[in-house]
Amino acid sequence: MSKPIVATASLAGCFGCHMSLLDIDDRILKLIELVEFNKSPIDDIKTFTKHCDIGLIEGGVCNTENLHVLKDFRNNCKILISVGECAIMGGLPAMRNGISVRECLEEAYINGVTVGENKKKIMPNDEEIPIITDKVYPLHEIVKIDYYLPGCPPRADLLWQAVVALVTGDELNIPYELIKFD
Amino acid sequence: MKEKIISIIETYGKTPERLMDILISVQEEFRCVSEEAVSLIASELGISEADVNQTKTFYHFFTTNPVGKYSVYLNNSAVSGMMGVAEVADEFEKQAGINFGQTSPDGLISLHYTPCIGMNDQEPAALINSLVFTELNREKVRKIVADMRDGKTVESMVDEYGDGNNAHPLLKAMVKNNIRKPGPVCLGEYEVGKGINKAMSMEPKAVIEEVKSSNLRGRGGAGFPAGLKWQFCAQEKGDRYVLCNADEGEPGTFKDRVLLTERAPMVFEGMIIAGWALDAKEGIIYLRYEYRYMLEFLNSVLDDLRNKNLLGKNILGKGFDFDIRIQLGAGAYVCGEESALVESAEGKRGEPRNRPPFPVQKGYLDKPSIINNVETFCSAVKIVENGGKWYKEMGTEESTGTKLLSISGDCKKPGVYEVEWGMTIKEMLDMVEAKTTQAVQVAGPSGTCVPPSQFDRQIAIEDLNTGGSMIVIGEDRDLIKDVVLNFMEFFEDESCGSCITCRSFNMILRKQVQRVVDGKAIKPDLDNMLEWGKIMQNTSRCGLGQTAANPIATTITNFRDLYELRVKDVEFQSDFDLEKAIAESCEAVGRPPHVHE
Ligand SMILES: Cc1cc2nc3c(=O)[nH]c(=O)nc-3n(C[C@H](O)[C@H](O)[C@H](O)COP(=O)(O)O)c2cc1C
Ligand code: SF4
Ligand code: SF4
Ligand code: FES
Repeated sequence: MSKPIVATASLAGCFGCHMSLLDIDDRILKLIELVEFNKSPIDDIKTFTKHCDIGLIEGGVCNTENLHVLKDFRNNCKILISVGECAIMGGLPAMRNGISVRECLEEAYINGVTVGENKKKIMPNDEEIPIITDKVYPLHEIVKIDYYLPGCPPRADLLWQAVVALVTGDELNIPYELIKFD
Repeated sequence: MKEKIISIIETYGKTPERLMDILISVQEEFRCVSEEAVSLIASELGISEADVNQTKTFYHFFTTNPVGKYSVYLNNSAVSGMMGVAEVADEFEKQAGINFGQTSPDGLISLHYTPCIGMNDQEPAALINSLVFTELNREKVRKIVADMRDGKTVESMVDEYGDGNNAHPLLKAMVKNNIRKPGPVCLGEYEVGKGINKAMSMEPKAVIEEVKSSNLRGRGGAGFPAGLKWQFCAQEKGDRYVLCNADEGEPGTFKDRVLLTERAPMVFEGMIIAGWALDAKEGIIYLRYEYRYMLEFLNSVLDDLRNKNLLGKNILGKGFDFDIRIQLGAGAYVCGEESALVESAEGKRGEPRNRPPFPVQKGYLDKPSIINNVETFCSAVKIVENGGKWYKEMGTEESTGTKLLSISGDCKKPGVYEVEWGMTIKEMLDMVEAKTTQAVQVAGPSGTCVPPSQFDRQIAIEDLNTGGSMIVIGEDRDLIKDVVLNFMEFFEDESCGSCITCRSFNMILRKQVQRVVDGKAIKPDLDNMLEWGKIMQNTSRCGLGQTAANPIATTITNFRDLYELRVKDVEFQSDFDLEKAIAESCEAVGRPPHVHE
């Protein structure tokens, strides 16, 4: 029997959630026995080569590239999971949501104290660059999300328990400590 | 300004515990509590400006900028909506030439919305400079605004007085009592002082036993046995306090207003009896600011009692000292919650406390305190007079005695009814002459929306409990828009903001209901709302957050059809609008708004 296939991606996130996945330590060996990885920064497969069973996404949507990847994941994964605060609610990047995108861009490229010389006041506008969206969107506002794993990042044990439960079909056992954050 | 504020602060003994009174006096005097006033109060009281500001910003009726010379606070609760507040608001805006939330440039008029002001049986109603104006319509509004322009005093704009004590020289209110059915306990015969005389002929312990034997349960909504509460408090050491909860904030409740108008001595008598039973020296009645118009009247009643030696020093010559002061609120529903009430009475933000310790252990100034509803105290007077046995013969097994119902909405005879517990909803609807009823909202927004199939249920603590609010909703009403949405807006505004769940879910849920009303919601949203409501219920500190999802939960459960008609039968839907999402940033950097797929 072929193994379930997993894909992962980081959108507007910090890769902390992926790091947390690596924090399952030696269980990573068990994990690759249990599942096969497809598109993911973990194995560096850049495009989907197969239809996947599980997609894990960290980070929300802050630009059109994120949007594209998210839709790609929805089209190619049976089950899609929002991993971490940023995917679920926008997280830290969403702190810009109260500020207009124009102001953000001007701060980044023209007015900010760390901006070097930019006499012509140019902001990146090459058509190859993804377009920044007006605000950072949580994933479920754009595509249907099947499960949510909370935390910033979600604890390694939570990611482990969730993935194992999904592929083995066993009941998910989440001790309170795994989702207690204060 | 400085001298005046200093003299106000001195009137209240220069203590931070009286910050509420100080802020109220300053607001009334200067029509605002300005930043300079805050600084001055802080330095005079020896507390930080932040301390003053946190109290000031908590309450609706404190403002940083001056309200108009005439400030109109129009009630926009659900029943006011049913009775046509939209027209009244429109006329106010037209006549005053400003919108709600604004003050006219000449400073003459300011228009504000406010939640239920306890006049549900005579809506639409408004407070103008804290006087009550009831049964408003376009014509009355035109006259009122014309009078304002003529510089008339608000007092002189009240041209007709209500019945009973509403016409008392110290009240002169146009408010009507609408007592439709007096009963044997609170609205029956009453003789001032009889209860105190009887109580003080008994041992304090025996008084508590008598109240316990009646099985009287609190009338503020939670139904805790009153005698037991008194006993718990009596067991604690230290100066004890007796607090009366006259905050009456649950939309649709107005029976305490009628008791305070017609039975004020009885309310105080109940507090004095409790004082005797608990060996307390001080009582405080926490009066919502919406009932500010009764303040002078109530103070005169207290004076009367002092003159009769029923209050003050050496009551009835038995060496018992007990006095009562009136603490005004300043507009905050959550201050009806007993521990928030205590905080507010201490001059702070009305944020509920964690319990335990309960107020009977650590209440006002951290001293053992009982807090009871106005009606509970009135009932206690009759119980002491006539005995717990007499009382227990009325009502049901678990809910003894009578209950005051404040009934409003779509019925011919809105008003106050004293009935025995155990009446069915159907009997109640017949009594108030309601026709073609779609639902009855029992116990206000935090209660239950009862459908016709359940009209044989009983009004009783063990079945449909209520603090008194009963809103009849006629067949023609849009239940979700006119009622549920209004209630959720209310909770969103009134959450004290301490608990993350109460602070955020009330907003999220209100938005969801708005989506249902706008036809934008989908079927799974309904179950989500129920789930989120449960989370809010289980993780909020006080009764507000614990019940705030009830309007949604009870209507989705009992009126699911109404929702299903308005939601789309799809599993998922996104409101994401790509064009809108990229427009601004493309314009800012100067590139065409195209996305390559
Ligand atoms: C948000 C909230 C508002 C309340 N408002 C009132 C009120 O206006 N009047 C009242 O008597 N009780 C109110 N209560 C109930 C009080 O917390 C308390 O139970 C009551 O005053 C106790 O008196 P009782 O036992 O005589 O009813 C409220 C409770 C909550 C949670
Ligand atoms: S949730 Fe936390 S760890 Fe995960 S991407 Fe966001 S910021 Fe990083
Ligand atoms: S439940 Fe709501 S009103 Fe009550 S303490 Fe928490 S935030 Fe405040
Ligand atoms: S930082 Fe906001 S809740 Fe913890």
